[in-house]
Amino acid sequence: MAIAALAHLELDAPEIDLFARQLGDILKYADAVQQVDTTGILPTASLVSLHAADRPDAIRPSLDRDEALCSAPDAAVDAGFFKVPRVIG
Amino acid sequence: MTIREVREAVRARSAADVCADALARIETLNPQLNAFNTVVADQAMARAEAIDREPDRWRDAPLAGVPIAVKDNLCTRGIRTTASSRMLEHYVPPYDATVVSRLERAGGVIVGKTNCDEFAMGSSNETSAFGPVRNPWALDRIPGGTSGGSAAAVAARLTPMALGSDTGGSIRQPASLCGVVGLKPTYGRVSRYGLIAHASSLDQVGPLTRTVYDAALTLNVLAGSDEADATCAAEPVPDYTAALTGDVRGTRIGIPRALLEQGVDAEVSGAMDAALDVLKARGATLVDVDLPHACFATPVYYLVSTAEASSNLARYDGVRYGFRAKDESLRGMYAKTRARGFGAEVKRRIMLGTYVLSAGYYDAYYLKAQQVRTLVLRDYDRAFADVDVVAMPTSPLPAVRIGERVSDPVQMYLMDVFTVSANLSGLPAISVPCGFTRGPGVSKLGDAASSEGGLPIGLQLMGRRFDEATLLRVADAYERDTEWSTQPPPLISNR
Repeated sequence: MAIAALAHLELDAPEIDLFARQLGDILKYADAVQQVDTTGILPTASLVSLHAADRPDAIRPSLDRDEALCSAPDAAVDAGFFKVPRVIG
Repeated sequence: MTIREVREAVRARSAADVCADALARIETLNPQLNAFNTVVADQAMARAEAIDREPDRWRDAPLAGVPIAVKDNLCTRGIRTTASSRMLEHYVPPYDATVVSRLERAGGVIVGKTNCDEFAMGSSNETSAFGPVRNPWALDRIPGGTSGGSAAAVAARLTPMALGSDTGGSIRQPASLCGVVGLKPTYGRVSRYGLIAHASSLDQVGPLTRTVYDAALTLNVLAGSDEADATCAAEPVPDYTAALTGDVRGTRIGIPRALLEQGVDAEVSGAMDAALDVLKARGATLVDVDLPHACFATPVYYLVSTAEASSNLARYDGVRYGFRAKDESLRGMYAKTRARGFGAEVKRRIMLGTYVLSAGYYDAYYLKAQQVRTLVLRDYDRAFADVDVVAMPTSPLPAVRIGERVSDPVQMYLMDVFTVSANLSGLPAISVPCGFTRGPGVSKLGDAASSEGGLPIGLQLMGRRFDEATLLRVADAYERDTEWSTQPPPLISNR
């Protein structure tokens, strides 16, 4: 299923059947929005523009590197790296 | 006890004594309720004893010694934070959410982390990887979701206050189904820093409490700008408790009658009408309002929120924190990690969100939903030119049985029909207890939900952006003339 691949989800056959049916049901229900005339209506992606808050863009203390690495499933803490399976050849 | 009563008990006895009581109640009742994922008894006792050692420092702190439960999708430094997911089952955050730091600065004592739907996705608490929370009023029923553990903890008197988060009703709906007060503040009123993101344009943190006063008191502590969250507003924070005058003379309350014809349980609509009569008797004016696009809010919500969720949850890839499944290749590791780490509802929403954002469907679904979102928002702006608050039920139904709707996503999503508008529009909204089912009743929806008596019903009030003061004033005025919030669930009164 192309969508599962895009979402990086490995699904088994029963899951693919179930989700395909359920997503079909949900989209059928969500299709109600198609009846609304939205000609010339701007989309609302965020409400932040109503009250944007800024701060000076200055460097400040942040999370320590060791602390950031200590939650990782696999890390080379001394070298300061997260470790992942081999990517290149 | 309410926060006010707990504060008196702390002064008369000690914070340690009050904390020990709360921990004892949790130990007794949590095995039945499953409201907590984690209880930090030793840490809480140490904190309470520290408060007792410095009475001068904490004398005027608004929450000094008050035991608090925190939803398990809010980061707590050194305390496991799971979002009720296998993905984060062993995750211990290296930092506190801003709301957590603020509660602690105000003297709050965190006793544990409450169960919720996985990554706050669900309407019933049944999607938690750690099992459903049970409703203190009827243990075979859902507490609502997603902040179900927080609502059950407050309803069962385990703590006087619990933090929740609300993306589409996740504070208000469980508050309604468990018979407590739940406040979703205006988008931007409270910092989201340290809240595990579900849908960033909709998420907001807020309190669940026994009384409206306690909600106002907690909002005083939580509200205000935060340099760590650019979406958190610099609007001034009034003393919300000072707004609770009991006076609603001349306050205009709008009722969207046409929207309510969509299908509301007969007992729920009866309780709402009776509640509005109480406010009318106090001098409020009831007027009809028209919200022509509100009936599209639920489909819009599920298109927008899943799109945002699919993007937010991309970060769970087994690299920096959380669960990792083994595989030879990087892509295989990602796909297996996410397949095993996420539960069914989370996967379903990631898939839906990925679909509506994908090339070819973006305009038809995501963009269209955002345009209809604009129309929903405009309906409310127009209504609020004429009225001060809008009233409707919080949930169309009282608590359903565990397992009753979980297999049909669309049926589950319909539970959110009255709550999602506030998130889409960024408006503040509160749920206050307004009665109990009498049962056996006849439900318009053909549901068995109201065939049992004694299930809580909630009244929802929505207000203007950043006008929580009016919302709380009306809710408090209603509460003054009713005694719903003082009744304990049978789980406690039978003991």
